[in-house]
Amino acid sequence: MDTVQAEANTLTEPKKTVTVSGSVALLEGLIAEGTDTIFGYPGGAIMPIYDALYDYSDKLKHILVRHEQGGTHAAQGYARTSGKVGVAFATSGPGATNLVTGLADAQIDSTPMVCITGQVFAHLLGTDAFQETDVINITTPVTKWNYQITDATEIPGVLAKAFYIARSGRPGPVLIDITKNAQLQMFEYEGYVPCEHIRSYRPRPLVRKEYIEAAAAMINSAKKPFILFGQGVLLGSAEAEFKAFVEKSGIPAAWTILGAGAIPTDHPLNVGMLGMHGNYGPNVQTNACDVMIAIGMRFDDRVTGRLDKYAKQAKVIHLDIDPAEIDKNVKADVPVWGDCKETLPMLTALIEAKTHDAWVAEFRAYDKTEYETVIHDELNPVSGEMTMGEVVNKLNDLTKGEAVIVTDVGQHQMVACRYAHFQQTRSNITSGGLGTMGFGLPAAIGAKFGAQDRTVVAIIGDGGFQMTCQELGTIMQTGIDVKIMILNNRFLGMVRQWQQLFHDKRYSFVDITSPDFVKLADAYGIAGKKVSEREDLEAALAEMLNHKGSYLLEVMVAKENNVFPMVPQGSSVSEIRLK
Amino acid sequence: MSNSNDIESNSKQEFTITVYTENRIGILNRIAIIFSRRKINIESLNTSPSEIEHIHRFNILIHETEEVVRKLARQIEKQVEVLKVYYNTNEDIIWQEMALYKVPTDTIAELVSVERLLRENGARAVVIRKDYTVFETTGHREETDKLIEVLQPYGLIEFVRSARVAIIKDSEGFNRKLREFERREPGEDVIENEYLDKAKNVFSM
Repeated sequence: MDTVQAEANTLTEPKKTVTVSGSVALLEGLIAEGTDTIFGYPGGAIMPIYDALYDYSDKLKHILVRHEQGGTHAAQGYARTSGKVGVAFATSGPGATNLVTGLADAQIDSTPMVCITGQVFAHLLGTDAFQETDVINITTPVTKWNYQITDATEIPGVLAKAFYIARSGRPGPVLIDITKNAQLQMFEYEGYVPCEHIRSYRPRPLVRKEYIEAAAAMINSAKKPFILFGQGVLLGSAEAEFKAFVEKSGIPAAWTILGAGAIPTDHPLNVGMLGMHGNYGPNVQTNACDVMIAIGMRFDDRVTGRLDKYAKQAKVIHLDIDPAEIDKNVKADVPVWGDCKETLPMLTALIEAKTHDAWVAEFRAYDKTEYETVIHDELNPVSGEMTMGEVVNKLNDLTKGEAVIVTDVGQHQMVACRYAHFQQTRSNITSGGLGTMGFGLPAAIGAKFGAQDRTVVAIIGDGGFQMTCQELGTIMQTGIDVKIMILNNRFLGMVRQWQQLFHDKRYSFVDITSPDFVKLADAYGIAGKKVSEREDLEAALAEMLNHKGSYLLEVMVAKENNVFPMVPQGSSVSEIRLK
Repeated sequence: MSNSNDIESNSKQEFTITVYTENRIGILNRIAIIFSRRKINIESLNTSPSEIEHIHRFNILIHETEEVVRKLARQIEKQVEVLKVYYNTNEDIIWQEMALYKVPTDTIAELVSVERLLRENGARAVVIRKDYTVFETTGHREETDKLIEVLQPYGLIEFVRSARVAIIKDSEGFNRKLREFERREPGEDVIENEYLDKAKNVFSM
């Protein structure tokens, strides 16, 4: 079918319109915004949109997920690897409420996403109609913006606003709820006009030169400067600008888990991971640096530990696009409000080219201690049981750090973030802020759709996998190539670790049984294997990676292994425990 | 931004938050949940059209520390449809609350010197009917409370008090700057980020 957009555009002045339904206008708008993939699930109140979609299947790929939560996580995975806005469809009522977890996840992790929900007819609003729920009010706390459309003429304008809001400034999820009558309503469509301005919304702040100058002066006089970077670098597509800043300044740089991959793992100034299960050096040195330069990160409590003992000796320079983040948790001495793609080059221009060899060497000395105390045994275990760390390490050898690693939430997530190698940006897809178990499998599906030329490996625990394993059906139906690696320790491992350390080993409901995952995969027509012995691991990983199409590898790992180092809750980062 | 830089940051006091928003369904909820999520009670809330068409002005009264209020203001300003947020202590503002009092006309006429009552409380009679009379007064909480005390013994039938409305003392040029939002691109002084400006007494809108 010829698109209506083309028809409307080719028409000469005066602007002629075409009569279309609200549903067609919506799909035209999605195409105009560059959407190629939609993750969704149909239902009564969104049927007119799905009916229109039937004629658009050559331009819009619709992926039928098995649960709306999976649709949102897939849209997130897609957004995170592609840098585009993820799109998810759901019907009213339960379809809409099932989006809430994904919306909350996207909100706290700043993922650009537009969700479209169907809604009952406008005249039924508030009558407790079948599958009616107040989705706007349910989703208000977990969306950057949301809007209910009851008249088709609003669709092009509101959709344009939605995409603009989702992707600009600090990105986030947007939800549009469209009543069934608006989907069906025929109206005079004038073509799609992208939104570039909302008067009450300022996504691109004016960068204040005096703060750039103050920051540069502070950096130039610093003896022990330390960079903390987060996802803001990726969201601003500022990897090159960031690398230039790090290399000219010679300052050691540590990452939050969502910032991983902004510079390669093996970059000489990449000193590792921050936070509760981060590396030894970055945590200890937080309380030793004299100038802290925080870039596109929000000082989450899992990064800072106890705040009143966090970097009290340091002057803090905070670069962020969201002014609400500045001074929220850690007081900034120099606030640099702006997009780091813009502010970093300004800062790089004003700083002196330097090296901080002795200071960087201190980080490497801590690395050595950590290696000897923790990493060596994790990667080269003496016992017969495999560790999660050695599995991830073996995977690195085979992927050369070029794969997209998608994780779920828990011990395997922390191990994957600690040990996985990232040569490229947009390679570590994980649920950071919300900690959503069940994120991994659907996010991996979306990640692959967003980066089809890359290998996508989902590393998932036995617990989290069972939360959204119905999405194996999505893999089966689409034939998408996702490598699934289940690290099975037969426990809800992270909670068990805390129960061991802080609750006298009272293992309260963390012992989880699992189905035969390989058989389960087989039921979905997905090849698979289970390995329990170390000598089989490398061949099994190679088989998974070389297999044409999806593959599920279940690796049996040590039952009661703990993730270390660890900053216990309520402790200072410098009180990080190595065992 | 508050113009009182000498406020004790850690002691709770009354703050009046002024919010300019688009006139849009749901914006009240978006603002209200910023408080409720943090378990902060809104003492009083007024929302009504501003002098500019389509722009509404909220006055929100809370009892909090300045540090908390500053963070709240930033979270409110972050909402897409919020134009501007200010917060002020009671010293920074002139404010009023309005109250209405309904009393039985016969009792009041027989037992009270209505003229004195009106004079002493800066009140006026809005409606006088055979069966009841409605008085109105405006002022601070203590003033409107005082008239309740006076009228209670005479068979007060119904009482209602409005939320606080407040004018910021140091708001030179507010209206002019607000009107700039009517243009597509507001001027630089309007979109300046006052939160990050640490200079003393900078007033920007």
